[in-house]
Amino acid sequence: MSNTATTSAPQSTGKKLSLKENYALLTRDLGWDPSYQKAEDIWRNVQFEGIKIHDWDKWEDPFRLTMDAYWKYQGEKERKLYAILDAFQQNNAQFNVTDVRYVQALKLFINAVVGMEYASHRGFNIIGREFPGTAARIAAQMQAIDELRHAQTQTHALSHYNKYFAGMSNFPYQYDRTWYLSIPKSFFEDAVSSGPFEFVVGICFAFEYVLTNLVFMPWMSGAAYNSDMSTVSFGFSAQSDEARHMTLGIEVIKFLLEQDPANVPIVQGWIDKWFWRGYRLLSLVAAMMDYMLPKRVMSWAEAWEIYYEQNGGALFADLARYGIRPPKHADVTVKEKHHVGHQLWSTFYQFRHAAGFPVWLPKEEEMQWLSAKYPETFDKYYRPRFEHWAELEKQGTPFANPTLPQLCQTCQWPLLFTEPDDPTQICYREGAYLGEKFHFCSDGCKDIFEKEPEKYVHAHLPVHQIYQGSYFMPDVNPTAPDFNPLVEALRYMGLTAGHDGGDFNTHIDAKNWEAWTKRPANAHAPHVTPTAPDTPERKAA
Amino acid sequence: MSTQAIRPGYHGTMKDTVDKFHGNQILNIGWDQHLMYATPMCIPVPPAMPFGALVQQVLPGLFGQHPQFAQIDWTKTQWQRSGEAFTPDMDKSLADNGLGHKAMLRFKTPDQPGLAGAAF
Repeated sequence: MSNTATTSAPQSTGKKLSLKENYALLTRDLGWDPSYQKAEDIWRNVQFEGIKIHDWDKWEDPFRLTMDAYWKYQGEKERKLYAILDAFQQNNAQFNVTDVRYVQALKLFINAVVGMEYASHRGFNIIGREFPGTAARIAAQMQAIDELRHAQTQTHALSHYNKYFAGMSNFPYQYDRTWYLSIPKSFFEDAVSSGPFEFVVGICFAFEYVLTNLVFMPWMSGAAYNSDMSTVSFGFSAQSDEARHMTLGIEVIKFLLEQDPANVPIVQGWIDKWFWRGYRLLSLVAAMMDYMLPKRVMSWAEAWEIYYEQNGGALFADLARYGIRPPKHADVTVKEKHHVGHQLWSTFYQFRHAAGFPVWLPKEEEMQWLSAKYPETFDKYYRPRFEHWAELEKQGTPFANPTLPQLCQTCQWPLLFTEPDDPTQICYREGAYLGEKFHFCSDGCKDIFEKEPEKYVHAHLPVHQIYQGSYFMPDVNPTAPDFNPLVEALRYMGLTAGHDGGDFNTHIDAKNWEAWTKRPANAHAPHVTPTAPDTPERKAA
Repeated sequence: MSTQAIRPGYHGTMKDTVDKFHGNQILNIGWDQHLMYATPMCIPVPPAMPFGALVQQVLPGLFGQHPQFAQIDWTKTQWQRSGEAFTPDMDKSLADNGLGHKAMLRFKTPDQPGLAGAAF
């Protein structure tokens, strides 16, 4: 193989290289023109998506980060992060957070987000091999390491909470099996199983650039508001990587759009798809912001206005010169922002026996905040439900939904979203393919299915899998007289009510919190003692 | 449109065909404008189950906690099958009422419009 650099990089003369020279050698000199293998045999997967690239050298790495600089920066961040985590642990600072409801938001993070970081790492490893352009490959490889680092630092930071609180100890197992965690899992598996260009547009641009501020900004400021310096620190440690990923995302888009006009409609289709997929995925954050944080930072509606409507609006105005328009169905997200958090919390409340975290009803002070933040919708549509359910709890006959929900074939959420213009009516969308019916939560999800039905027909929908009998442990005998498929399915998912999900007031975390800290488990209900006359238990290791 | 794939002829297996449900079929059921039940339900049912048995024996387990459920006048209930209005024959099976695998059955009870004026 002849090792001929594709561009003339400065030759080493023994003296220390400038950063620019170092970067040029790192990237361009790692590439060569193959002489005894055909290029299309080496770069096997860059043709089939229809994207046309004429000159990979036009790829501008916005950071020109060299490997030694990368290790140096990341190493410094790690040292700072782990010093803070050590101090946090030595001070038992897990007991300084507002109350133990806050810890339940961390359970969403360890069970849902860490698995996505790892899946993203796998995706970037794949595309780090696929692109003929060396600079693009290096950028993908660095991001692969970043994502793995995020999964690790998040696991390390949260492992301290795991010593004291339930429902965090089995996160990789639950990520693969718990019914609502199929939402993040299927999102990344959809991305990883697409082509390299779709992955890079979907994840680097539509998800990282347009949407992830909605995860990191509210989550980390929520952590700060609620005195969790551990989470703030891993958030900041990841955020500087996220800033680099976002810059990469915009570079990817501009590169693809400038290379060939035929790329524009393909890229637009991916933006439409991954914006909607990402938006549906992030609805979980709406529930976290509006209901789970004891001290609230801002509402989901406010966050959506800042991070999508304003920032995204400016971004798509800028991209208009390439012929790119804002994502399809973005108007629906603006209508839904007044509803999704409330609709999700209502759903988690009624399925709390099957959740990985306990669920509670908002108290009056919290409902006043929700009324102020959602003046058009909260008092009219959502306050009556929470008051009705609170009354039933008071009477000792709490409401729960014992049946399994109908799921969307694309995003895998239950059909919990209402019509964009009618908050009294669930949004039903139906399609048929090869003689079989398929159901969707929205026009956005229906569009995605109809573009690629061959792919989504084999979506793994947990509710259907339970009824097919594939969600049972090997020791289960479905013909036994006392066989209960729903109980057995929860055991398969690794969920135990009272330990993972269930009622907050009777949850082991609430009992232990009050015994250990002598402070209320629910800061908005300081006079409610968790129904726990028994001595607090150390959670099972 | 179809999936752009590495090899021509890509097609995922149909994951949820009726043969995988042990003689049952999937039925999705929603009670319009009663959002106490935040999502429609998904249940396995024998295709030969009479529609009347669904109403009398199955629906109370799904929706019976709603205080208006007991007051429903089933003769006035409006039914939808995949978004189209239809009049079920209570004595005929689900299959003979046109409710096949993964059917979407919705019902509306105008005399019981949901609580709090909020479709709850």
